[in-house]
Amino acid sequence: MTAPLRERTDSRIQGGEPAVRLDGVSKIYGQGKNGLLALDNVSLSVGQGEFVCMLGASGCGKSTLLSLVAGLDSPTAGRIGTEGRRIAMMFQEPALFPWLTVSANVEMAMRVQGVAKRERQTRAAEFLEIVHLGGFGDKRPHELSGGMRQRVSLARALAQDADVLLMDEPFGALDAMTRDLLHDELERIWRERGLSVLFVTHNVREAVRLGDRVVLLSSRPGRVVEDFPVTLDRPRHTDSAEVAKIAGAITGRLREEVMRHGS
Amino acid sequence: MAVDQATPDTHARQLAGLDALELGGGTRGGLAPRIWGRVWPMVLAVGMVVAIWQAVVWAGFWPDYVFAGPAEVVPVLGDRLTSGEYWEAIGVTMRRAVTGFAVSVLVGLVLGALVSRIRVLRAAFGSLITGLQTMPSIAWFPLAILLFGLTESAITFVVILGAAPSIANGLIGGVDYTPPILLRAGHVLGFRRLQLYRHVILPASLPSFLAGLKQGWAFAWRSLMAGELVVIIAHQSSLGERLYYDRELADSAGLLATMIVILIIGIGVDLLFETADNSLRRRWGLQQVRN
Repeated sequence: MTAPLRERTDSRIQGGEPAVRLDGVSKIYGQGKNGLLALDNVSLSVGQGEFVCMLGASGCGKSTLLSLVAGLDSPTAGRIGTEGRRIAMMFQEPALFPWLTVSANVEMAMRVQGVAKRERQTRAAEFLEIVHLGGFGDKRPHELSGGMRQRVSLARALAQDADVLLMDEPFGALDAMTRDLLHDELERIWRERGLSVLFVTHNVREAVRLGDRVVLLSSRPGRVVEDFPVTLDRPRHTDSAEVAKIAGAITGRLREEVMRHGS
Repeated sequence: MAVDQATPDTHARQLAGLDALELGGGTRGGLAPRIWGRVWPMVLAVGMVVAIWQAVVWAGFWPDYVFAGPAEVVPVLGDRLTSGEYWEAIGVTMRRAVTGFAVSVLVGLVLGALVSRIRVLRAAFGSLITGLQTMPSIAWFPLAILLFGLTESAITFVVILGAAPSIANGLIGGVDYTPPILLRAGHVLGFRRLQLYRHVILPASLPSFLAGLKQGWAFAWRSLMAGELVVIIAHQSSLGERLYYDRELADSAGLLATMIVILIIGIGVDLLFETADNSLRRRWGLQQVRN
């Protein structure tokens, strides 16, 4: 029970298999004629340690896709392989439990794994330290700002000792400056911990800032339109010219997609 | 903004700076002003009620021996509150209230937990529980007396029937309105079924459960008073029984004095619930902005 979880993680992962693999995944909500095709034959993979951003206009089924990978919902057709990897997820809202302190919220992630209370507390403090919230363990979620709460949420996701981190527009509701800082933080944590990340956003620059690849989804139904590799050196800046250039190209492609629905 | 060279250290400092800016200090006032802020409106309200009461007495709609004024009732109240016998009556009533309410909480909890958790039970009993809530508790007494005779069990039985449905409904409502995002978060964290229920759904339903408790208390108190008026048990004086005999003896001042005691106990317990509710709201960050 007290063995460091990181080591266990490493033994779970075999060779060069992708961390997440979707094969011909479709999702239909409802039935028969009234059924809504949310995702249509989506195939996608996130490599071990890869940071993949998924981009699309509204109605492209981004969130649906994450829910499927997280196991919150099951696909109508196709296969999702995560090869026994542990999966953590962050939402647009922090989704913290208001009846628990910040520290206890992080500890919740270790409860299911049966970690002893004392160790949970020690480790929660460490995870909070990672997101620079060391001194805030005894606060209640509502006493923190939106950005801080989202960092607690990140700490909680990290505490799950997951190999795969799914993120559903986690910084969408934050101001630009906080978001920039959190991008840097996320990048650092991702690199240090060798996470595989699938990050959903509708912010093109954010996708280019963070992703090794940017996958563009079409809307209604969601399909993979294009897969842009981003080979810029890290760390990148959201405001840099290189990021802007690639973002411009992707935005152009996104516009074409959106216009298809206007006619 | 020049963050060209963002070392980890400047990062941490920037984050700390933003955090400090965001956390504007919201301080609560001291205890004494807070209590005073609550007390003076109450004192004012009591003053107004007493004034109206006195005005009605002076208006002379009823003779003095039928409707006593504050000037007569207050001394009677003082006399009673200094007699051990009266405190015994209060003690009997409070014992019944506390045991009845405690059993109601237990029944309500079990009932609410089962009905909110098991779909078939929900379909079968969900609306029945709400129906029971609307049933006037006094309507149960004839049956209760048939079943248990003129005993304390008859009173407790009706108190439980009055309070338990509200408590169960509070829990059921809380479970139903658990924010979906918290359910999703719990699911992602690996909680399933019973664990999800215990660690996420039950705590999330606490505010609604507390509201159910408060309402349950109100129903329990009402049922108890009705019961003590109807079910008079020999050699066991209680508040309701005192009320009954005061009317029999046409002791207007005594009757009003006992009514005041009943009112004060009701308000006092309600304040306890309100305090619990406020502290929960403060901890959860649910309190309203007051101006």
